[in-house]
Amino acid sequence: MRFSVSIPVMTAALALSVATASAEQITFVSQGGAYQEAQTKAILNPAAKLLGITINQDSAPDAWPVLKTQAATGKPIWDVIDAPTTICVRGGDQGMVEKLDFSNIPTAASMPAQYKTPYSVAYEFYSSVLAYNKKKFASKAPQTWADFWDVKAFPGTRALRNHPQATMEAALLADGVPADKLYPLDVDRAFKKLEQIKPHITVWWTSGAQSAQLLADGEIDMEMAWNGRVAAVMKEGAPVSFTFNQGLLQETSLCIVKGAPNLETAYKFVNAAMTPDIQANFPAYIDYGPGNPAAYATGKISPERATQMPSAPENAAKQVLVSQAWWASPAGEDAIKRWAGFVQK
Amino acid sequence: MSASPSDPSVVHKRQEQRLVLLLLAPSLAVVGCLLIVPLCWLVWQSVRQDGAFTLAHYARFFSDAVYWTTFLQTFRIAFIVTAVTVLLGYPIAYVAAGASRRWSIFILAMVILPFWTSVLVRAYAWLILLQRRGLVNSVLTDFGLIQNPLALVNNELGTVIATVHILLPFMVLPLYATMQKIPAELTMAGASLGGTPFYVFTRVFLPLSLPGVVAGMVLVFVLTLGFYITPELLGGGRTYMVSMLVSRNIEVYNEWGAASSISIVLLACVFLVFRLASLIIPFERIMGAR
Repeated sequence: MRFSVSIPVMTAALALSVATASAEQITFVSQGGAYQEAQTKAILNPAAKLLGITINQDSAPDAWPVLKTQAATGKPIWDVIDAPTTICVRGGDQGMVEKLDFSNIPTAASMPAQYKTPYSVAYEFYSSVLAYNKKKFASKAPQTWADFWDVKAFPGTRALRNHPQATMEAALLADGVPADKLYPLDVDRAFKKLEQIKPHITVWWTSGAQSAQLLADGEIDMEMAWNGRVAAVMKEGAPVSFTFNQGLLQETSLCIVKGAPNLETAYKFVNAAMTPDIQANFPAYIDYGPGNPAAYATGKISPERATQMPSAPENAAKQVLVSQAWWASPAGEDAIKRWAGFVQK
Repeated sequence: MSASPSDPSVVHKRQEQRLVLLLLAPSLAVVGCLLIVPLCWLVWQSVRQDGAFTLAHYARFFSDAVYWTTFLQTFRIAFIVTAVTVLLGYPIAYVAAGASRRWSIFILAMVILPFWTSVLVRAYAWLILLQRRGLVNSVLTDFGLIQNPLALVNNELGTVIATVHILLPFMVLPLYATMQKIPAELTMAGASLGGTPFYVFTRVFLPLSLPGVVAGMVLVFVLTLGFYITPELLGGGRTYMVSMLVSRNIEVYNEWGAASSISIVLLACVFLVFRLASLIIPFERIMGAR
């Protein structure tokens, strides 16, 4: 989870009490915190206005257990979920998430095929990038994961996320696997490469806030971190920088709960939320990029701002899209289970 | 004369029992609803998988290396923390018990003062002090005592340091309570009979203070077993304690059954520790430290 603080925005009970009003409505779920606040302004309010509907909000830092419980009761109260794509796909495989009829979402038609799954459509992008201390690497900064692994050419303290997703991809890139040949991940090779760097890792961070603190305090010289967190540290004036080169592009997606109480309105909402013009509002509120690349053609996002966005076409070209479908597969789940044993040893 | 239901003393007794029960009802309800019921639910969850009975969650303790290495590391940290708090806490309690009333109040206040600061804040404070460019390393480097910063945090050492600091009061207070009740005449008698201060201490004072030592050790040990914040924030991701295994199972793996089974085993470990300790001194004395 990128946001450790969860703010229950509205309870389901409140959502039900509003149901007496005649206007169409949906219950939308995201991950809370600053991220949900930002998208309320960027996406939810404009979409609600456009459609003349009421959007009730709920938040769950981890939607999975709640989704499971709602599916078990057979009467879900959520309509649309914004969650890591893995959750949408796994939920779809287990019959808890609606198979999307993309004819109802024409705004997403022009999006690259890899931004969509049968159950989800990419909503916003973030990236696990290589961030470093500018002072420490004043003459030559690390630019690739191979540099990160090269402790002789780039001496210094290092940190990685205490989670295999993106970390294993970085290890394979460092080991020379071409970006377009990453999937399915060679798990054994990735762990072997990670064993090499392990003695040089000072911290395996667990929360985004922690990764930011490590950079800001100069505790570590280079690390993998989420671009939004690094940008925040840079804004505070810390001598920190990052590269989108070989960044691992990850997205959260919109998906619709199977048996959603307001299925028709849910489709309308998803279509509106994916409209390039509304998607283009994201960069004004948060450092995560719109899921629909057409947003960059609306003229709403300045060229300077676009250079900071992980999903801007020029930046996206330098990065590798993490395959959420692979991570949702049994092989991906096994890799996640194997991780705890690796870090601890 | 046998006591009939109308006997005033019996009626009175019943009324009293009813009143006591009434007074106890709120706390019984709290313990029942917030402790007993969730515990039963935890046990239930730990033996269920997809709606069927299973012991698979417990089998992991034997098949999955992560489980027993985590318990091993947790117990090792608990032993180290307990040993260090005894070594640090005993002299503090000894001085406080022997000092004048004003001084002993002052010393105890110093021990208790950090209690008023949140554990989270104290853990972060240690992070700031101990990190590579933190106060401790800066001072040592500035004085030329070290060349490269020491790895004081983001490992087991940092975890132990902060945990010791947070749990020290749990050692000092029972120790003080015990020592304070050791009559000064006994050590005086020992001295007047020709014992050296060291001899008197080891033969008279130390044995009499042992119940406090055991009480403090049990408290600190048991509390360390369940610690979460210090290893999470200061362990650098490598220091895995049982509480973290529980949280990872829920956050990352969505394995509620596994998380429940770990909690149950940890609870069993805690009971075992109390049972073993009660062989040395009775349970009431651990808690009351009399």
